[in-house]
Amino acid sequence: MPEPDFAPQRLGRAHDDTKDRMGTVPETPDDAVSVQIISPEGRYEPNAAAEEFLPYLERVDEDLLRRFYRDMVVIRRADAEAGHLQRQGQLALWVPSHGQEAAQVGSGHAARPQDSIFPAYREHAVGMIRGLDLLDIIRMLRGLTHGGWVPEEVGNFHLYTLVIGSQTLHATGYAMGIALDGKSGTGSPEEAEAALVYFGDGATSQGDTNEAMIWAASYQTPQVFFLQNNHWAISVPVSRQSRTPLVDRAAGFGLRSTRVDGNDVLASYAVTAKQLDDARAGRGPGFIEAITYRIGAHTTSDDPTRYREAEELAYWEARDPILRYRHHLEQRDLADGDWFRSVDQEAMDLAADLRRRTLALGTVDVGLIFDNVYAEDHPVVREQKQWLAAYEAGFGEAR
Amino acid sequence: MTATTWTMAKALNQGLAKALEDDDRVLLMGEDIGALGGVFRVTEGLAARFGENRVMDTPLAESGIVGTAIGLAMRGYRSVCEIQFDGFIYPAFDQITSQLAKLTARHEGSARFPIVIRVPYGGHIGAVEHHQESPEAYFAHTPGLRLVSPSTPNDAYWMIQQAIASDDPVMFFEPKSRYWPKGQVDLEAPATPLHTTRVARGGTDATVIGHGAMVSVLLQAAEVAATEGTSLEVLDLRSLSPIDYGPILRSVEKTGRLIVAQEAPGFASLGSEIAATVAERAFYALQAPVLRVSGFDTPFPPAKLESVYLPDADRVLDAVDRALDY
Repeated sequence: MPEPDFAPQRLGRAHDDTKDRMGTVPETPDDAVSVQIISPEGRYEPNAAAEEFLPYLERVDEDLLRRFYRDMVVIRRADAEAGHLQRQGQLALWVPSHGQEAAQVGSGHAARPQDSIFPAYREHAVGMIRGLDLLDIIRMLRGLTHGGWVPEEVGNFHLYTLVIGSQTLHATGYAMGIALDGKSGTGSPEEAEAALVYFGDGATSQGDTNEAMIWAASYQTPQVFFLQNNHWAISVPVSRQSRTPLVDRAAGFGLRSTRVDGNDVLASYAVTAKQLDDARAGRGPGFIEAITYRIGAHTTSDDPTRYREAEELAYWEARDPILRYRHHLEQRDLADGDWFRSVDQEAMDLAADLRRRTLALGTVDVGLIFDNVYAEDHPVVREQKQWLAAYEAGFGEAR
Repeated sequence: MTATTWTMAKALNQGLAKALEDDDRVLLMGEDIGALGGVFRVTEGLAARFGENRVMDTPLAESGIVGTAIGLAMRGYRSVCEIQFDGFIYPAFDQITSQLAKLTARHEGSARFPIVIRVPYGGHIGAVEHHQESPEAYFAHTPGLRLVSPSTPNDAYWMIQQAIASDDPVMFFEPKSRYWPKGQVDLEAPATPLHTTRVARGGTDATVIGHGAMVSVLLQAAEVAATEGTSLEVLDLRSLSPIDYGPILRSVEKTGRLIVAQEAPGFASLGSEIAATVAERAFYALQAPVLRVSGFDTPFPPAKLESVYLPDADRVLDAVDRALDY
């Protein structure tokens, strides 16, 4: 009897059809064109697909151009620091965003203050842009809260959602509410609102995500679906989620759609700005697929060396969004060495501050277990809280 | 007193209309609830009266109904979602249990989720598979939800309005076999609080308790028992979570015997919970173990067998006899 072959199958290698009865997994289909404004070398070279989005860059002044870079560098440094804190036992988990900075910073800055953002759980840069203290994310991943912030106090940046795709329906319902309130299609870009919802390639397989797109198209909601295709849903390649470019799915739902180079911060900004403008103007929902790459692990509990090729990682590391944009700023003479050093210093300071404040985090009151389970008085929760207090007090008396 | 005689379906319709009138943030959402008026006609005429922006026919996806209602709540709306039939609620299970039930706590008080999920439930209507189930225990097990079930048109009229007014998510289980019998509805009387158990018939020898359609079965059993010289006290549970133990314990203190009846399978059910709690809190009052009368621990059978599966007055009386003989 022949030995069974347990050799692991790797992405991109030819599969043996005689062993894989479910069909081979093709390499990532890539016949759809991505909007690109900055070349991988950092040159301003908009491709043909970018043309309709270029007017949206007129909103970006030099300060904002530099801010894009600053935000990407700061969030990468903070992200690394949080990863270290997890390794040192300070956090239960961290969710790295390394590699996805351009997709997040570009789209995050494209939203207006009145817009509402529904993140998944990796959109640290977007949260920071909306005014979120990154310590609030750390508090959640340290086990001090399941929420961490008040959305209305941080630029309508809603709570993280850990169940994949659930937040897409919340965003869609919220956008229905915007429309019912008459706050979209008002003719006033300064007042009209839209919702922006983030999700990943894995989420495109979830029923909720598909239902959200159906609802959005049906009710013509003022919202934009922002898909960060980072190529991996933990260990499963995007080719297992879809055999067609994900951007092409949007047409089936009746959504305006654009694929963008998610490692090009200017393209991410311009595409999102246009899509959100259209949504706010009452032209219905849009869909963006940002092609990017998760350089790090899915979370600190993951080990990507078990499932992906070093060559693939090297390919994407060479297309680093921060390095690319730094070259762009240098070529346009928008920043000099001193300025870049000052950004690095700011990032280090922020990371150090984050560490200091993480280590200073206290415990959490047991009241958190019971308080706010219900908005109104609930006898069971009230009695169990009282019981616990009496039980714990009993230990005090015994001593 | 202003009173009228309505079916439960009509009472719910009028209660929903009142809620839509009283608060323009109230919305109805569901499958076929607009032009058709719902498969049970509970929302009949409401779309025409309040418009399609307030009474929304949705795409056919239960998770989508509840998930978008959550987003609407974040925007300040109070949605009443109709799940067409009991057995169709499971596609929404994640949005109900992982999202809706936990979001108030996750927001630590900064947001409220006043969503009502209407679930026509239970047997006795001779319907096909997935149309006769009693799924309430799944949701009673989930902290963060409130569960109620009316048994009369009067309760339906008031409880639906109270559920909509609640700032918490409320699952509203409508006994669909009771949609059509008529009953008196008091349009002016101050409603009793939502989460209260009601004494439907006073008695002294044993207490029988149930909710929804089971209440009429219990009242029927009490009639028969009375002819045999046994006085049954019938309690209408009304609130499935939280459970209002005051009236239950007071009744057990008096009768010493408790029978809990339900259409749902008995294993890990509301009946189990009530039996355990009454044993804990009224042990010395009990003259017999608390007995459960339930559907069998099997899938709901094809309709030609439902009369065998569903507890009827005889099964209740059999349990009463066992409790009295103990």
